[in-house]
Amino acid sequence: MSTFHQDIEAVIPALRRYARALTRDAETADDLVQDTLVRALRSEHLFHGGDVRSWLYTILTNLNRNRLRSLARRPTLMPIEDNDAPDAAGPEAGGRDIERALALLVDEQRTALLLVVLEGLTYREVAEVQGVPIGTVMSRLARARVQIKTYLDGERPALRRVK
Amino acid sequence: MVDDHNSPVADDELHVYVDGELPADRLAAVESWLSSHPEDAALVAAWRAQAEAIRARYGSVANEPVPNRLALKKIMRSNRSWGAVAAAAAVLAFVIGGAAGWLARGASAAAPSEVSMFTAEALGAHRLYIGEVRHPIEVKAEENHLLPWLSRRVGTTLRAPDLGGFGLKLLGGRLLPGIRGPAALFMYEGGSGERFTIYCSRLDETRTSFRYDANSNFGAVHWIEGGYGWVVSGPQDKARLKSIAGVAYDQIENRPPAPTRSSVDQLISRRGS
Repeated sequence: MSTFHQDIEAVIPALRRYARALTRDAETADDLVQDTLVRALRSEHLFHGGDVRSWLYTILTNLNRNRLRSLARRPTLMPIEDNDAPDAAGPEAGGRDIERALALLVDEQRTALLLVVLEGLTYREVAEVQGVPIGTVMSRLARARVQIKTYLDGERPALRRVK
Repeated sequence: MVDDHNSPVADDELHVYVDGELPADRLAAVESWLSSHPEDAALVAAWRAQAEAIRARYGSVANEPVPNRLALKKIMRSNRSWGAVAAAAAVLAFVIGGAAGWLARGASAAAPSEVSMFTAEALGAHRLYIGEVRHPIEVKAEENHLLPWLSRRVGTTLRAPDLGGFGLKLLGGRLLPGIRGPAALFMYEGGSGERFTIYCSRLDETRTSFRYDANSNFGAVHWIEGGYGWVVSGPQDKARLKSIAGVAYDQIENRPPAPTRSSVDQLISRRGS
């Protein structure tokens, strides 16, 4: 395997973690990772140096956005069923709460938050992944945190417009 | 008193602080601000707790063994064999089609009717293939043999409706095993990547008008006409699916209307080739 391939392979566990948190479904998450890897290998010739990790996060983020667009058009208001969280077994109430809070976020906000707090990317890296200015990343992050706090504090977030 | 240490700290800077991106020369100022502003300190604590909860919930995924299907060597191998797929694709379609059927069965009720099995099959195929990056279809729309081939296998003259009016472009189609014989699946894609499919196979049931079904992720409108069932699947948007089904029905069941230039190729029946 070339260095390029080794670099990709080293990121797979982190991609799985990111995808799991993005989709909150193990099967869908691994589908996304698989599509990401297929696409990365196919586009090897388009990769001209730089950070393999950011590049893979970018591919996965875009694929996930496509996936969401092809799904229902009312993601933020969907009632959350118990079977939305099949892998949150046991008395992990805290884990389910954060899972539900994440589910309520707009995709761009969830993506920004997860890339920063779960994947440890810098604001600059997230800006590249999302293809937006750093200021936009920061406002997405801020909105995500307000939404989650509102939800965890026990309000129905969808009923309020949060700045 | 108007030095850096006492200038107000904006929310933005608090986020930067929580995420460890604060320049060293602002650290002392922000920390002193927090010690004298309990509300802001509580915010910072809440944000940190959120991050902790997220890491506690998902962090361990990165320590799980990577499933075999994500092994890079395996993916590289299947990438390489792209060129030699005629026979392999047929086998793959069969295997995956079987899996779709299995998934669909799992999702439906204990003693499903023929029609509900049929739509479950179509929704299973929809779910499986719209997520495909590399092989959403087997034969591209541009290839002249798409319609003759699928028509021959499914046993009726198929038309892939022109859904240009909905901003949807025909990508192509594939052949699948259905509950009553071979099934055709046409895939359409919109400008923002959303995908719809039209599924058709023999179905010896009485004629029905449009019916709407939905599972947790997708919606489908189906109808039965002349011994064949049709299912239009897509995002859960009943109104949109119904109007797409209406247009598809008109083009499939009635004499083709005066075709638009872009749809000429799709509408021409190529029975002879």
